[in-house]
Amino acid sequence: MKQASPFRYHLGAIVAALALAGCSSTKLDTDVPVESRNTTPGAGSGAAGSGANSGATSQSQVTPIDLTKSTMTATSNLPRIVYFDFDSYVVKDEYRATVEANAKALAADRKRKIAVEGHTDERGGHEYNLALGQKRAEAVAKSMTLMGANDSQIEAVSFGKERPAVQGSDEAAWAKNRRAELTPR
Amino acid sequence: MLKRRSVIACAAGALAVPAWGQFRVEISGVGATQLPISIVKFRDEDRAGQAISSIVRADLERSGVFRIVEGGGALDESSSPNWGEWRGRGSDALAAGSATRLADGRFDVRFKLWDTVKGSELIAQGNAVQAPDLRLAAHRIADTIYEKLTGEKGVFSTRIAYVTRGGGRFTLRVADADGEGGQVALNSAEPIISPAWSPNGRELAYVSFESQKAVVYTQDVATGNRRAVANFRGSNSAPAWSPDSQTLAVTLSRDSGSQLYLIGRDGENVRRLTTSQAIDTEPVFAPDGKTIYFVSDRGGSPQIYRIGIGGGAVERVTFGGAYNISPAISPDGRTLAFISRSGNSFRLHTQDLGAGGQPNALTDTSDDESPSFAPNGRLIIYATRAQGRDVLMTTTLDGKIKARLASAAADVREPVWGPFGR
Repeated sequence: MKQASPFRYHLGAIVAALALAGCSSTKLDTDVPVESRNTTPGAGSGAAGSGANSGATSQSQVTPIDLTKSTMTATSNLPRIVYFDFDSYVVKDEYRATVEANAKALAADRKRKIAVEGHTDERGGHEYNLALGQKRAEAVAKSMTLMGANDSQIEAVSFGKERPAVQGSDEAAWAKNRRAELTPR
Repeated sequence: MLKRRSVIACAAGALAVPAWGQFRVEISGVGATQLPISIVKFRDEDRAGQAISSIVRADLERSGVFRIVEGGGALDESSSPNWGEWRGRGSDALAAGSATRLADGRFDVRFKLWDTVKGSELIAQGNAVQAPDLRLAAHRIADTIYEKLTGEKGVFSTRIAYVTRGGGRFTLRVADADGEGGQVALNSAEPIISPAWSPNGRELAYVSFESQKAVVYTQDVATGNRRAVANFRGSNSAPAWSPDSQTLAVTLSRDSGSQLYLIGRDGENVRRLTTSQAIDTEPVFAPDGKTIYFVSDRGGSPQIYRIGIGGGAVERVTFGGAYNISPAISPDGRTLAFISRSGNSFRLHTQDLGAGGQPNALTDTSDDESPSFAPNGRLIIYATRAQGRDVLMTTTLDGKIKARLASAAADVREPVWGPFGR
């Protein structure tokens, strides 16, 4: 977990630098001569490693950026699914630990965000099920705010019956589909 | 191509395969009074590449108002039919025509409708159309015949929209009212639900999950221009157009809970319509634009209610059963169509909106969804399951004449019938 922090800071710095460059681009339009002054000997051959010239690091160094991990790394081991009884939005006691672990992760890092996605089984209308799924998502989201997460860190959304976890038309399948999934965003 | 459209007609449960069979018109039950009519094969329709007379026959049959009387012979709009012969077959009306290829590649489609009892001409028309519009020309002929003989506008040249699912993709399609000639309006790897035609027939509103949450979009059908009109925090769903196409009623959870809001077609001017602790969703405008029907579980189970567009008092509309959803209002504002659960069955029902209206089941299937009225109010399109697949059906309002619409292999759902005016 500790390794993740500087990594994110690094990413943030890049984003800030890009944003800065974007903001100042209009001003720089008039400063074309400044760019031409940089075409000094050596800059051409080391174009891809301009940063390496300034320090002791190897010119072969490549710093990897893996967007598939990014901020999700620290939460990937948390349990992510809360199951519900038929026609119910009550977060059962057996899923309290799931909700609490995710809430604590959010409380520990206020920059972290999460989507709570509510789902239903296949029975009934598309829109009514969407609303039922929303109710489940909001129940989980509310529990998380009571456990220390900020409301602004959580978006409760619903997929209704549109994205079942399990195919099938029996109680075993339905029970697997009545759920809320906690997904880092 | 013809084989794909090959057809079986099924009358009153018995299987009958007429020689002209082109479209699958599965009919259960028989209407009280059906006008017997003969549609002769159009001259040169084989060369035109569209079975015009078969399209007309299937349209008229699906309406429940007509009974097709077989009868051959080479006739076109310039013929002089032998009235005694046609009366002898039992036909009260007869139509014949032709499809002639013009020098510029278009087709001159002509037809004539006769009253065989009086031995007189009722109407004659001709239209030059591009080859891709031959199906439309056939549907327009069916509309003309329907209107001439019933006094009401036909809906055969209107369009429907629906969503198909298959191969991990969700596709919003626009098709002729008989389910044929489908064209893709939107293809997505994520679910699409709740399409709704704008009353001017130019746009579709729908819910797409492409951004990992429910967002309401509108899309110009002809140009493909689309915009997210409701993309607030939480879920945005259940779009319904006001009769003047300027306002959408939607369900938003932005203030927590699923509640009804009105929003301008440009996405501006959002105002909350309902304020309850319950689920309020599936809004639809009454044809007068002053009332909104919707589903709410404020009474403990989902039921249909109505509220004025200015808010205020909410009135419960359905009382039978513990699960009544997906309201649709007939164009004359008098009939409610909805889905009612009984046991494990979800069935299409109608209910008269006048005082004391009682629910009336229109089907004996168990997975009906998404009813939508034809713009003349005489048919309802809905989705159901048959042989393990989602299919589209039309039914007359008395439930007596049902037709299964043609569709490709993919499962098909959430049909919505477009307005007059193509």
